[in-house]
Amino acid sequence: MPLHHQPTRTAAHPAIVRFLHWVWVYAIGCMVFSGWQIYNASPSLPFNFPRWTGLGGWLGGALAWHFSAMWLLALAGIAYLAYGFTSGHFRRDLEVPGPRAVVRDLWSGLTFRLGHRIGHYNAVQRLLYLGVIGALLLQVVTGLAIWKPVQLGGLVSLFGGYPIARNIHLTTMFLIVAFVIVHVVLVAIFPRTLVSMIVGTPAEPEDPI
Amino acid sequence: MNGLRRMPVVNYRDIKPELRQLQRRAFLRNTLSLGGLALLTACDLSTNSGVDAALKSILRFDDRVQAALFSGRRLAQTYPPSAVTRPFRFNAFYPEWQVRGIPDGWRLEVAGSVSEKTPWTIAALRMSPQVEQITRHICIEGWSQIGRWSGVPLRAFLQRIGADLRAPFVSFRCFDGYSTSIDMASALHPQTILALDFDGQPLAPEWGAPVRLRIPTKLGFKSAKNLQAIEVTRIFPGGFWENQGYDWFSGV
Repeated sequence: MPLHHQPTRTAAHPAIVRFLHWVWVYAIGCMVFSGWQIYNASPSLPFNFPRWTGLGGWLGGALAWHFSAMWLLALAGIAYLAYGFTSGHFRRDLEVPGPRAVVRDLWSGLTFRLGHRIGHYNAVQRLLYLGVIGALLLQVVTGLAIWKPVQLGGLVSLFGGYPIARNIHLTTMFLIVAFVIVHVVLVAIFPRTLVSMIVGTPAEPEDPI
Repeated sequence: MNGLRRMPVVNYRDIKPELRQLQRRAFLRNTLSLGGLALLTACDLSTNSGVDAALKSILRFDDRVQAALFSGRRLAQTYPPSAVTRPFRFNAFYPEWQVRGIPDGWRLEVAGSVSEKTPWTIAALRMSPQVEQITRHICIEGWSQIGRWSGVPLRAFLQRIGADLRAPFVSFRCFDGYSTSIDMASALHPQTILALDFDGQPLAPEWGAPVRLRIPTKLGFKSAKNLQAIEVTRIFPGGFWENQGYDWFSGV
């Protein structure tokens, strides 16, 4: 993308990315909270999620939410992947420069010396965004496996059988929730990033390296 | 898992069906949780009727997707005898002490679009060729266990009673008050059986005596126990859980 042609008018986040972001907030919220309610019906770990966090009220309601919101999540995911590959968004914004850059940016981030330029991602951000995209893909695939362990039997055996696939689905949920917590904390520290995900804030000039 | 733990006299699972009964009065009305509030700001929270209608119509769409994914030739994985779960976990919509014995003069009734409506004795069912399977029973709650069942393939039984195999539904009524129904394609699947034996023994009452449905291509609640009547029908029959909001097709 020729960013340098219109430096002041190019949005930090294109409209489609902003739109899909908020679709995900809703869809992932529905999936996580209904998933907690489903988990509570037969916990495989020695704890329950608090009842008030559950979506759907009871197992049947939670499953209805889970198997409805999954379509929204899948459609938004397909749209994003299609956009990301065809527009160069993945290559431009998410390609991780290398392990040394990750270590460097992680260190300057932890010592509060990492500048934040809206519209540009540092190496740690790139790694985390790629990570959560991977986790969401894994969550969809393990979800399909435990939804249809006979009709998609090949998927289930790929994950080592139904009970293991179910546990991977649970573990991946924790990874996604951990990402969301880090993500929201960072947005709280840099509130203008929230604005840039709602309106078309122009991208800031890149950090001089 | 839970099946391995020793059960106290009264535990949560015993009263869970009653708790559920209280919870499910209006399907999904309880979406007024924090999660619900946070995510449903655009919906009418006083009744949620629009949300419920939307969810139910998506579930019907899901049923069509599941029917399309289903293959009458794709078999559920089978396991060696060493993989059988012991002890096997009891599950019903009531606690184990409420299990009913076989009623006096029990016969399996057949009804609907069938040409031969004579009720079946257990002896007559045992005369038919039997098949055995060791398959995974997957509960809608997420837990699963491997069991060994044998009995009469439902396909052979339906052919024997002259059922109209183009009728879309096969419905099951049980003498413990339970009911369920399945699509004809799943009824004709080679692993769908009227089970008479469990783990090499005639079914005990808690495992569904004298005859139960065993259908490894659907979630556990479709494998109805303690059968009283089988009906082949063109009218959507629903079922005990399905009428309260469990997804009807519930294929796996």
